[in-house]
Amino acid sequence: MKYFYLIFSSLGRKKLRTGLTILSIMVAFLLFGYLAAIRQAFDAGVEVAGADRLIVRHKVSIIQLLPQSYEAKIEQIDGVDNAAHSTWFGGIYQEPKNFFAQIPVVPGELFDMYPEFIISDEQKAAWLATRSGALVGRGTMERFDWKLGDRIPINATIWGKKDGGRTWEFDIVAVYDGAEKGTDTSQFFFRYDFFDETRANGQGLVGWYTVRVSDPDRAAEVATAIDAEFANSPQETKTEPEGAFIQGFANQIGNIGFIITSIMSAVFFTILLVAGNTMAYAVRERTSELAVLKAIGFTDGGVLGLVLGESLAITFVGGALGLGLAWLLVSMGDPTDGSFPVFYLPTSYLFLGLMLIAGMAFVAGILPALQAQRLQIADALRR
Amino acid sequence: MTDKNSADTLVRVSGVDKIFKRGSEEIHVLGGLDLDIPRGEFLALMGPSGSGKSTLLNLVGGLDRPSEGSVEVGGQRIDKLSDRKLAGWRARHVGLVFQFYNLMPVLNAQKNVELPLLLTKLSKGERKKRASIALDIVGLSHRAGHYPRQLSGGEQQRTGIARAIVTDPTLLLCDEPTGDLDRKSGDEILDLLQALNTEQGKTIIMVTHDIHAAARATRTLYLNKGQLSTEPED
Repeated sequence: MKYFYLIFSSLGRKKLRTGLTILSIMVAFLLFGYLAAIRQAFDAGVEVAGADRLIVRHKVSIIQLLPQSYEAKIEQIDGVDNAAHSTWFGGIYQEPKNFFAQIPVVPGELFDMYPEFIISDEQKAAWLATRSGALVGRGTMERFDWKLGDRIPINATIWGKKDGGRTWEFDIVAVYDGAEKGTDTSQFFFRYDFFDETRANGQGLVGWYTVRVSDPDRAAEVATAIDAEFANSPQETKTEPEGAFIQGFANQIGNIGFIITSIMSAVFFTILLVAGNTMAYAVRERTSELAVLKAIGFTDGGVLGLVLGESLAITFVGGALGLGLAWLLVSMGDPTDGSFPVFYLPTSYLFLGLMLIAGMAFVAGILPALQAQRLQIADALRR
Repeated sequence: MTDKNSADTLVRVSGVDKIFKRGSEEIHVLGGLDLDIPRGEFLALMGPSGSGKSTLLNLVGGLDRPSEGSVEVGGQRIDKLSDRKLAGWRARHVGLVFQFYNLMPVLNAQKNVELPLLLTKLSKGERKKRASIALDIVGLSHRAGHYPRQLSGGEQQRTGIARAIVTDPTLLLCDEPTGDLDRKSGDEILDLLQALNTEQGKTIIMVTHDIHAAARATRTLYLNKGQLSTEPED
């Protein structure tokens, strides 16, 4: 503690240079925090995916449909607890930018399959009693400022109605919250029976099945058994863990994780050079001062510690400001205006940020610090 | 220059050689040098540039090590100490005064004087108190909050002396302490050093080119071509 003023006083020597370096580091960590939140938005589904849930889809593509009759066969396979089907509706609310997933499901199956969706018993009953009823996630409710009882028109892009219309109207009768912070609360569920009876074609077909296995350790074995059951049929299946399925969905946009990691690596490498350069100059400029410190009794290790301390101080101030600003910006809301299922800066990324601060301070400061440590007093005082 | 019979010898330099290497060339700065300095002496070291005065000062102050021979201070062979122990020894026993003051420009006079005390276990309050006393001794209490750039050369050097004496060291080593000052300021610094020697019993070794400054010392030695003598070379 007693060396703090010495460290911070040294940083004040060249205020403009120190300020610009802190600003560069701050921008790097602001980017880190903000991009981490975006990455989290893409990974959220993968992270909260149940280890005991499998997704069964058409072997060729997710857009190929499967018979609803598969459900009973899947449930008979050894190791399967229960199955629930879902279908991609792909409708538009008012305009395409208002994207959120709309999925027809069987309510009872959904309640059983996703215990992480918190719904009151009263609203569950209301949904079961209302054929055109919809269960909507809290995120989407807040995004569009919807309320229970609102009637929501959705324009179909895939599923036309028997009467030739393309506008489907749903009554919001239930709202779900997420049991975990990462739970996707952007989805819009409605009843499959209403969907199947109203759609112009495709009766008896569903998009995919979610399957709960009795023992997660047997998931791979059960997946093989499901695919074997439908092998050589007109609609062969591909079964995979829920996490892999969601990841595959996200990867249709691109490997977001790789893109973000690449951007951050480039940014951090550049900032490392900036911080390293600052520290190198800071040491070179005050060779005689460091020699005086040694002359009055500071050990080689002590001088090394002081230089590393300066590096840590400059990186910490910049990094903490950057992470703080990122947290603030992320708290202000989703940049896509609600298209992300979740948008927050996870604590794990804040810890990772702190570790990066420490790592950057060490790497930027170690060479100048070693140079200061090795300084020969008599030689340095002569300069 | 050796008085082997003196029981109160503080510094004993015996058979010291100092060789600097510049690439493949070896430069012999000191050769077989012997020197005893009694406790409480104010010794002036004179000699032409490059004669090895500062090198000898560095060896006695533990800032450098001899190529051959031994350096004893207060009965302790400092040339045998590890780097870490030598640093600790310097902090406890040596006060250094430099020609160009070498104050930290980002610290005020009070904090500059406190610097050596950071290496002690003293509390913040005690450090501040001792630094204030040292500044008072050099007559700079009223300038404690000023930064080096706000002080005159003489005031900066007095701050440097306060920093050197704040740990109450046994030995005060001054490398041309008046070399960067005008006559008046130089005299004030010499008055101060003399007072520290006579009133506080500090042993002082002062390197100087200035005969006027050397006259304040209790003994003057001349260094030429790596050898000490009591008379200047013609």
